[in-house]
Amino acid sequence: MLALGVVAAGCGDDDGGGTTTAGGGAAQTQATDVRGSVSVIGIWTGDEQRSFQAVIDAFNERYPDVTVRYTSAGDNLPTVVGTAVQGGNPPDIATIAQPGLIREFQRQGALRPIDYARDTIEQNYAPDFVELGTIDGSLYSFVYKGANKSTVWYNVEAFRNAGVDDPDDWAEFLRNARTLGASGVPAYSIAGADGWTLTDLFENIYLRQAGPDKYDQLSEHRIPWTDPSVREALRTMSEVLSDRANIVGGTQGALQTEFPASVEAVFQNPARGAQVIEGDFVPGVVAESTRLEPETGFNVYSFPEIGDSEDYVVGGGDSIATFRDTPAVRAFVEFLASTEGATAWAERGGFSSPNRTVSEDVYPDEITASVATAIAEARTFRFDMSDLAPAAFGGTPGQGEWKILQDFLANPSDINGTAEALEASAARAYR
Amino acid sequence: MEAATVTRRRGGGRGRARLVPLLFLAPALIFLVVWVIYPTIWTIGRSFFDRDGGTFVWFDNYQEIFTTDTLLTAIRNNVIWVAVVPALVTAIGLIFAVLTERVRWSTAFKTAVFMPMAISLFAAGVIWRIMDEKDPAQGTVNAVIKVFDDAFGGGGAVTAAQSSTPQLTGSISSGFVLRTPLRAGDTAVLGLTAIPPDEIPRDAPDAQQPSAEAGAITGTVWRDFKPGGGRPGVVEPGEQGIGGATLELRDNGGGVVATTSSEPDGSFAFDDVGSGQFRVAIASSTFTTPFEGVSWLGEKLITPAVMIAYIWVWAGFAMVIIAAGLSAISREVLEAARTDGATEWQVFRRVTVPMLAPVLSVVFITMIINVLKVFDIILSVAPQSSQDDANVIALAMWRTSFGGVNDFGLGSAIAVFLFLLVIPVLALNIRRFKREEG
Repeated sequence: MLALGVVAAGCGDDDGGGTTTAGGGAAQTQATDVRGSVSVIGIWTGDEQRSFQAVIDAFNERYPDVTVRYTSAGDNLPTVVGTAVQGGNPPDIATIAQPGLIREFQRQGALRPIDYARDTIEQNYAPDFVELGTIDGSLYSFVYKGANKSTVWYNVEAFRNAGVDDPDDWAEFLRNARTLGASGVPAYSIAGADGWTLTDLFENIYLRQAGPDKYDQLSEHRIPWTDPSVREALRTMSEVLSDRANIVGGTQGALQTEFPASVEAVFQNPARGAQVIEGDFVPGVVAESTRLEPETGFNVYSFPEIGDSEDYVVGGGDSIATFRDTPAVRAFVEFLASTEGATAWAERGGFSSPNRTVSEDVYPDEITASVATAIAEARTFRFDMSDLAPAAFGGTPGQGEWKILQDFLANPSDINGTAEALEASAARAYR
Repeated sequence: MEAATVTRRRGGGRGRARLVPLLFLAPALIFLVVWVIYPTIWTIGRSFFDRDGGTFVWFDNYQEIFTTDTLLTAIRNNVIWVAVVPALVTAIGLIFAVLTERVRWSTAFKTAVFMPMAISLFAAGVIWRIMDEKDPAQGTVNAVIKVFDDAFGGGGAVTAAQSSTPQLTGSISSGFVLRTPLRAGDTAVLGLTAIPPDEIPRDAPDAQQPSAEAGAITGTVWRDFKPGGGRPGVVEPGEQGIGGATLELRDNGGGVVATTSSEPDGSFAFDDVGSGQFRVAIASSTFTTPFEGVSWLGEKLITPAVMIAYIWVWAGFAMVIIAAGLSAISREVLEAARTDGATEWQVFRRVTVPMLAPVLSVVFITMIINVLKVFDIILSVAPQSSQDDANVIALAMWRTSFGGVNDFGLGSAIAVFLFLLVIPVLALNIRRFKREEG
């Protein structure tokens, strides 16, 4: 595996030009020539921050003369970095979860391309990811820490009591939900207070039902939200949302349930809900708030197929984007894109790498490994659409898509009204 | 202020005499320019540009304030805040101040009421956010309501159920009625599903298909579910009976003719029913409708909920200021009024309040200014899903500029708009200060 990393990094070296890039590990002696410091602002706090520090430590073994300073901005990252850019003093590197924000910075001319790492990234990542980081023909970012949002997490005991199994497709998924409800445990736990859980549900349905091409068009607002495909997806979504008696706490309860509480409802004892449709960050909450073990207590299945949508993954991730171009920055970017840079975190857990060269064996348990490889090996990977949209539409609490889908949860029969409200809000934001 | 007066007095014309006060003024002036005047001017300028700051858009941003739904809600909410909160805070402060004057442990009481002022508004908001949770197991307010609700409620052991077939209609609050009328010798199968698993004892016996008896109506009430679902409406092995359910026999008019209770295996019988048609029902007393909690943080009640939290914090401030004013009123005037035969209410209404008027107006105007810029408590009390409904101008400004939208043009316009709203109140206050000084 190390060998692979060396090869990959070496490739980057050829293209990078000069000794400055000094590819990750191809030449240990050269590597030490790189000096300087790199400032990184990221969203990772707590455990994640410690894990990233471990990555920095691994980097420093290779480049002892580069000082990497990591500052956490938490969820306020868009504000912190946005203000820093406006004030003319951006960090060297930011880890950004919203490609929309990356595009915004690029448009303002604040970003520097990372084409020097293109070869490494093209070799280690699926084409969908390279595409994602490319703006106007140049590579500006790559997803370092992936998130698989096409997962459904369930309480194993609740499934056993109801006598249901992982569903193969949407029809079976709905059948299961009815059976779970009849068993006395509401099938769905929905974190309606957090708008993003609803956009994730919509996107999973939309990608499967309308296909990747439509998905891309809608992401860029080249088709309106009043398109029949959107109504179709909303109709499918309402099959879940209008099953009020089958939602933990009913609709009103769900609207005030925040993400951690929605997970706890499913995995507490006795379970108040059977399953929660959310991404691969669910196990973190489970570990924090319960003593359930993976596979015997909680388990996961991929978001059910609709039509021929096997191995479709909607995901997200924290991308690396650079605001300066120095040898030290180049070295660090190359390292993060390498197998080693991803493995350093993967083996600590709580991390899904879209990097295909990371071995399945380095993940601490089987669930994490399967969820992570699903991203890296996805037939079709699409980034969370709401994160691609301008923040005013897809990323702001209480506004835009978040708020409109919350209203949809409250009133799931209003498909046309919801589509029109989405279009009105999108038209304003994409201006 | 003092420095300014000094300048005026000594401003004769000699250069050095002018320079000295200016030197003293300099530090304050620099702070003022850097942190107040420059940002103000820059914000006003910024408000005429688009979100990237590159294009001059005239008054487009201002127009957007009055055409965007959520911003209109913010303005409307601000009007409600100004209309309701300063008056309530002043009134409550006045009541507390007057009442505490008369009680022996007034210091303790005042301390308790004033205590919330010692914590930040944001923290106060977090406290109320938790107290207002909908789930009575988490939210204090709903837990208290639940205590009263439980005292009057009560009922059976089952908290949730649905009928398993359309033959049985109703809900747990009204009870379930079998659609088809029955006669003596008929049987009734009453299947229920969606009962939380732990509410039926694990060792409850399986339900049996009821057997007909001459002259009686027999039946079974059972949990029509087994792992995998089972066939609705059919009593199958592995499906448990519901014991202790209350069954009613109703005549055609709906009147209850007889009641009985089910055996542990769910079977029941109404003997010697005579002739005629009857309907069998599961009485609502079999179920307990749990108190679900008032949705304080939902879109309808969120603004009142935040206001209550805000008043909780500021009532102490109002009380202390008014109490200070109260102690300054000369006792003789009050005594004179009482000697003249005024009732306590008249003394309060005609003497105390008019004499307190200057203090009350200070509190009132201070509160108006505070309320106009109310921000953090809303951010901390209102969950995301109802922030739009709780929005006010200051919050809208923050959300637009920094809360993810990053539209500094529109954000600046909102800031300027808020500034314009505050100016008249500020002017009023300054005029009052001047009058008092004069």
